[in-house]
Amino acid sequence: MNLKTFERGIHPSYHKGLTSENRIEKAELPKQVIIPLRQHLGAPSDVIVKKGDLVQEGQMIGEAGGYVSAPVHASINGKVKDVVLHTHPGGGKSLAVIIDGDGTEKDWGLVTPSLSILDKFTGEELKGAIGEAGIVGMGGAAFPTYVKLSPPKERKIDTVILNGCECEPYLTADHRLMVEQASKVIIGLEAIKRSIGASKIFIGIEDNKKDAVSTLNQAAKSLSIEVEIVILETKYPQGAEKMLIKAVTGQVVPVGKLPLEVGVLVNNVGTTVAIYDALALGKPLIERVVTISGNGIKTPRNLLLRVGTSFAEVIEQCGGVISPEALSDTDTPPELEILNGGPMMGVAQSTIQVPVIKGTSGITLLTGKEIKPKKYSPCIKCSSCVTVCPMGLIPLKIADMGRLGMIDDLKSWDAMACIECGCCSFVCPSKRPLVQWIRVGKVKLRELG
Amino acid sequence: MTEDINKTEKTELPKPEASALPPKKKAKPKAADAVPEVPGLVVSSSPHFLNTESVPGIMHNVILALLPACLVSIYFFRFDALILIVTCLFACLLTEYLCLKFRGKPIVIYDGSAAITGILLALTLPPSFPLYGAVIGSVFAIAIGKQIFGGLGLNIFNPALLGRAFLQATYPVLITTWTEPATIGTVDGVTAATPLALMKFEGIASDHLTLFFGNTAGSLGETSAVILLLGGLYLRYKGYINWKLPLGYLGAMALTGAFFYFLDSQKYPDPLFHLLTGGAMLGAWFMVTDMVTTPVTNLGQWIFAITAGIIAVIIRNLGGLPEGVMYSILLMNSFVPLLNRWTRPRVFGKGLTVETKGGTS
Repeated sequence: MNLKTFERGIHPSYHKGLTSENRIEKAELPKQVIIPLRQHLGAPSDVIVKKGDLVQEGQMIGEAGGYVSAPVHASINGKVKDVVLHTHPGGGKSLAVIIDGDGTEKDWGLVTPSLSILDKFTGEELKGAIGEAGIVGMGGAAFPTYVKLSPPKERKIDTVILNGCECEPYLTADHRLMVEQASKVIIGLEAIKRSIGASKIFIGIEDNKKDAVSTLNQAAKSLSIEVEIVILETKYPQGAEKMLIKAVTGQVVPVGKLPLEVGVLVNNVGTTVAIYDALALGKPLIERVVTISGNGIKTPRNLLLRVGTSFAEVIEQCGGVISPEALSDTDTPPELEILNGGPMMGVAQSTIQVPVIKGTSGITLLTGKEIKPKKYSPCIKCSSCVTVCPMGLIPLKIADMGRLGMIDDLKSWDAMACIECGCCSFVCPSKRPLVQWIRVGKVKLRELG
Repeated sequence: MTEDINKTEKTELPKPEASALPPKKKAKPKAADAVPEVPGLVVSSSPHFLNTESVPGIMHNVILALLPACLVSIYFFRFDALILIVTCLFACLLTEYLCLKFRGKPIVIYDGSAAITGILLALTLPPSFPLYGAVIGSVFAIAIGKQIFGGLGLNIFNPALLGRAFLQATYPVLITTWTEPATIGTVDGVTAATPLALMKFEGIASDHLTLFFGNTAGSLGETSAVILLLGGLYLRYKGYINWKLPLGYLGAMALTGAFFYFLDSQKYPDPLFHLLTGGAMLGAWFMVTDMVTTPVTNLGQWIFAITAGIIAVIIRNLGGLPEGVMYSILLMNSFVPLLNRWTRPRVFGKGLTVETKGGTS
């Protein structure tokens, strides 16, 4: 196999078969949505509605709170119930607008995907429309797309890469989008290319998604847009930006720098579809495809969900949680872990009363023996973590330095280069929480450095 | 020595509010009802998904890989071998238990690491070695070789080899008194010289095939190269040892041996002889590959294995001792921290200037 890839990395069991053949289904209209004002990297949005206001689906309810920020929009018709601090799926609390729905929804119309929808925009107008629609990177980090499309003048971006890897176990939302809405993906990519004046589009896709390769190829051909599809080895973290660029173009992004430093822009599949919707229908980012999967959910599904739908409602629509008795391994305690995202980089939730946000690519429910052990044992220097670290670090050392707060050593052993992909913890036979300790180290380093 | 990670989590992350679900019923009665069986949410730091390898799993496989060598030694040396292995095994486990108890640590002797030390130590001893000596060596190996550094994972030297080195210094005569295997000797307990000693002191080379199958005098685990190779290949197959280490070690021994052989083929044995005699196979497959006492980096592992291999042959050919495997590994063990520091892999994207590629095309 001569597939392109990056150095090191892991091959976890992917469990994608649970949902990879399930068509994307439109979820029920939620009766209430909770829309956090912090759904992206950078400054939170400034709220522009107040308790009691009537809002329409797609109406802006929070405007960008700075340059690196993005607006947020109401995802249903209804009345603002309150603006309060609410538990955030990314951890902690954030100011959120709670809207009680009136049971109606807006008809955004239907447009046949064609390139002509882009012709009425100039490059700057494209950027503006994308910014207005509150579009952010939908792979998880949620970096505002408008900012990404506006590099400093001295930096010219000539390459656009679509991240079609979706290397997180369980998640299939991007996969289904590429299969079912390939034309929208391609048009969204073309819009990005035109807005920054790039010359080349690559699609990086893992070889476990052959069906998506053919649908994307077809769509590109029928729209006569030139894209180069690069088939990559199925390996985690193939979808990490720096690993993807290395695999697709061979370029190496310097430590601590953004991909634009090497003239590359990477975009998520969901983001391109959101861009298409914004340009074709004028619809802001109020809906996204989310994979609900894991061994803890009764009916795994790929759902098109309104931003702000609570996890509780989503779980209900997927048949609820599997009862511990139904699991074959009865010796494990009846525990459940609910993640915003996939099992490698997702954030564990303390309650199910948290909303789906723009960056929620999946909701993973783990139970039984899929839940990791809570005890760890001493490091036996087996070097597994060193063999898999995609960044070429020595995780066992950095983790201990983080745990012990050895600031100088953290710096000289390049702790800040860690992308927290979790490969080291995954392979550790002693089950040491390496990433957790490295994170602690990075926080200490940031505070003091 | 297991610790509970929940302790640290509770300070950093919000407490699970699963028990607080019902109070929210007023706002979302339907939703809360929908998942009444939510048993209690686990909150932990990512990743939430781990593979199934475990330390005891690895250790138990190493023991399994050592079993054939033990059985073969019992076949060759009969009761002497059996009692020696059992003595070392229990002495090591007991010492580990007492040390952990004394240090107030959880008793984890079932993890198999002390058992491996015991078996390895027994395999490095001659069959006629007195049992009290074996006990002393075991106690030294575990107490001084391992626990004094902080226990599993923190020792600098391979505990079994350290125990053997201690015995070599304490009982230099007993540890070099060898008996013929029961399969050759007509009378029990006839002393004999090992092939390495024969070579070194009398210039007599032994037949390769005999060495390969192990029908010679020597320590328990020094006799049969083929069985040790089998155990090593099993570990390689299971992915618990890095192929670089045995390959680098044996390869370096062979090349260095060849160098000496071509220098003076009368005085020095041929390279194959080096690989098949003494502790070469045991050392290469079970001691050079000891995870705790070898480097963690790719380059470091190569340097470690190759240098140790060269040293082993130099000791054999030029030193005062017939065998050099033990000291070659112990010597290189002491360089591991330095090797780890000096041979770090290149951090992905480090040291690149932003102007290198792309940018202004």
